[in-house]
Amino acid sequence: MKLTTLGKLCCTVATVALVTGSGAFADTSGKKIALSNNYAGNSWRQAMLTSWEKVTGEAVTAGVVASADAFTTAENQVTEQAAQIQNLILQGYDAIVINAASPEGLNGAVKEACDAGVVVVSFDGIVTEPCAYRIAVDFHAMGKVQVEYLAGRFPDGGNLLEIRGLAGVFVDDEISGGIHEGVSANDKFNIQGSVHGDWAQDVSQKAVAGILPSLPDIAAVVTQGGDGYGAAQAFKAAGRDTPIIVMGNRHDELTWWKEQKDANGYETMSVSIAPGVSTLAFWVAQQVLDGAEVPQDLSVPFLSITQDTLEESLKTTQAGGVANVEYSLDDSKAVIFGN
Amino acid sequence: MSRLLTPAMMRTLLPGLSLAALLAAIFYLQPRTMSYFGLNLLLNLAVPIALATIAQMFILCVNDLDLSLGAFISLTACITATWLNDAPLIGILALAACVAAYAALGALIHLRNLPSIVVTLGMSFVWTGIAVLVLPTPGGSAPGWIRTLMTLKPALVPFPIIAAVVIALTVHFGLMRSAAGVVLRGAGGNPKSVERAGWSMLRVKCTMFALAGFFGVLSGMALVGLTTSADANIALRYTLLSIAGGILGGGEFVGGRVSPIGAVIGAITLALAGSFLSFLRLNPDFQIGAQGVILILVLALRLLINSRGTRA
Repeated sequence: MKLTTLGKLCCTVATVALVTGSGAFADTSGKKIALSNNYAGNSWRQAMLTSWEKVTGEAVTAGVVASADAFTTAENQVTEQAAQIQNLILQGYDAIVINAASPEGLNGAVKEACDAGVVVVSFDGIVTEPCAYRIAVDFHAMGKVQVEYLAGRFPDGGNLLEIRGLAGVFVDDEISGGIHEGVSANDKFNIQGSVHGDWAQDVSQKAVAGILPSLPDIAAVVTQGGDGYGAAQAFKAAGRDTPIIVMGNRHDELTWWKEQKDANGYETMSVSIAPGVSTLAFWVAQQVLDGAEVPQDLSVPFLSITQDTLEESLKTTQAGGVANVEYSLDDSKAVIFGN
Repeated sequence: MSRLLTPAMMRTLLPGLSLAALLAAIFYLQPRTMSYFGLNLLLNLAVPIALATIAQMFILCVNDLDLSLGAFISLTACITATWLNDAPLIGILALAACVAAYAALGALIHLRNLPSIVVTLGMSFVWTGIAVLVLPTPGGSAPGWIRTLMTLKPALVPFPIIAAVVIALTVHFGLMRSAAGVVLRGAGGNPKSVERAGWSMLRVKCTMFALAGFFGVLSGMALVGLTTSADANIALRYTLLSIAGGILGGGEFVGGRVSPIGAVIGAITLALAGSFLSFLRLNPDFQIGAQGVILILVLALRLLINSRGTRA
């Protein structure tokens, strides 16, 4: 998706080139970068891996790095991923990019990697070990922004239904924390019920259908992504009015939104993280190997889609996929050195 | 020469030979592993698995099966990363209570004559529940002395190898070479005759379950020493790994036939199988299946040796 206009991009490129003055690809052409991923079982993770393959594939062909292989653990377990990281160290990778199963549980293996001189960059599921680089998403704000949008839509407030993600995962706690903070700031809203949708449409549909009979009129549904379409189906099946459902950038959610928009002018918003953040992590690793001074903690904005950008986003999102932003080297430099 | 190659001898040697073959393949694929640093990284996560396998072996020995071991080790890991670190006395008491709970489980299974599979499967949910209560979100930190011990870099021989040898030999001499060990194993092989000889089966079961609990606690502590923190699901895979490791190392699902040295070797073999497959660049979707194939291959070899033994 082209969020950045071409002109703006050219400007950034020019400034970055002036500021850093580094165009040396040769420095990292012999380096090997690996991706250690803990889970590949949903559309977001699949899109993340596809983005990685596409962007790193081009980088390898262009000779920027020697190789960039992706490894996914067979089971989403800390012990598996720790062993995988230790194997990657032994395979001689110069940098390891990690989407971690746990923020703390991999610290031992990450420390081993740092001690062996391997650059570690974590993103999405970040690790807390100080020697690693972190590309964090402000999940808290991602929850809060939904309530702020709804406060604009419903000045008098109303009843909310909250759909949460996978219980026990820190991302779920963060987004939910943001939603609850937003609600306590706008006390006209009431969260009437809260279910776990596991970031999956089918689970969400079942969970929402289960709680609906016990709920009063719902003005809006706050979500975490991957659950909006299922919620809409549950409301339809129960014969209730469709509330404002905040979407999560998935293709089925955007398609449904577009249908409703065309049929009856339905308005909502959509927010999630772009799976292409894996490619940003790749470039950060490459820059560190290149000898650039990169801050230990970086943050990336989440990707929101509004009523106006819906058509454009839907056009560039693959069926079954997630709206995405892939980072080029120059985009990444803008993120790394821009802030 | 022919005396060396008797089926009994080959059965004893099989776990060691499988390990050696796997290790040779890994050295060939990835020569970097053939160093102090490489062996350390390759084997350190096998230490908690080896301890878990020994724990499972005690249960296998009295003809039972523990399906809650992974959840139990997760719990002890959570306690280690929280209470044992913040308030060592409470931590030690809580871990001792875990061992006592295991002994009580053994008593329950024996007195009510319950199938251990059902009791331990039920208990696995209890352990996970308590673990979530102790540590609701992933975190905690490893007590300094455990971290120091697990990251020890002794001269010449990497720590995981020393640890594996110490564990294997300690349990070997305790269970296979001592008078008490003979009774404990006998109770698994032929409970009736042991009971008739005047030994209390209740005490035997309690002792074996308590030993399993004790090694489960050690496994949880070792795991936290490596990962530096815990979560409630950290060791769920250990249930199946420990059973597979015990069987791979020469144990059998009939009581009394176990081998501590074999169990440690089996655990290491399983841990190495994962590394081997990832060095092969095998698609992760096939890795679990391939691990199963390695297991079946070794067991098939053992069956072959056994059948030759009965024919001879």
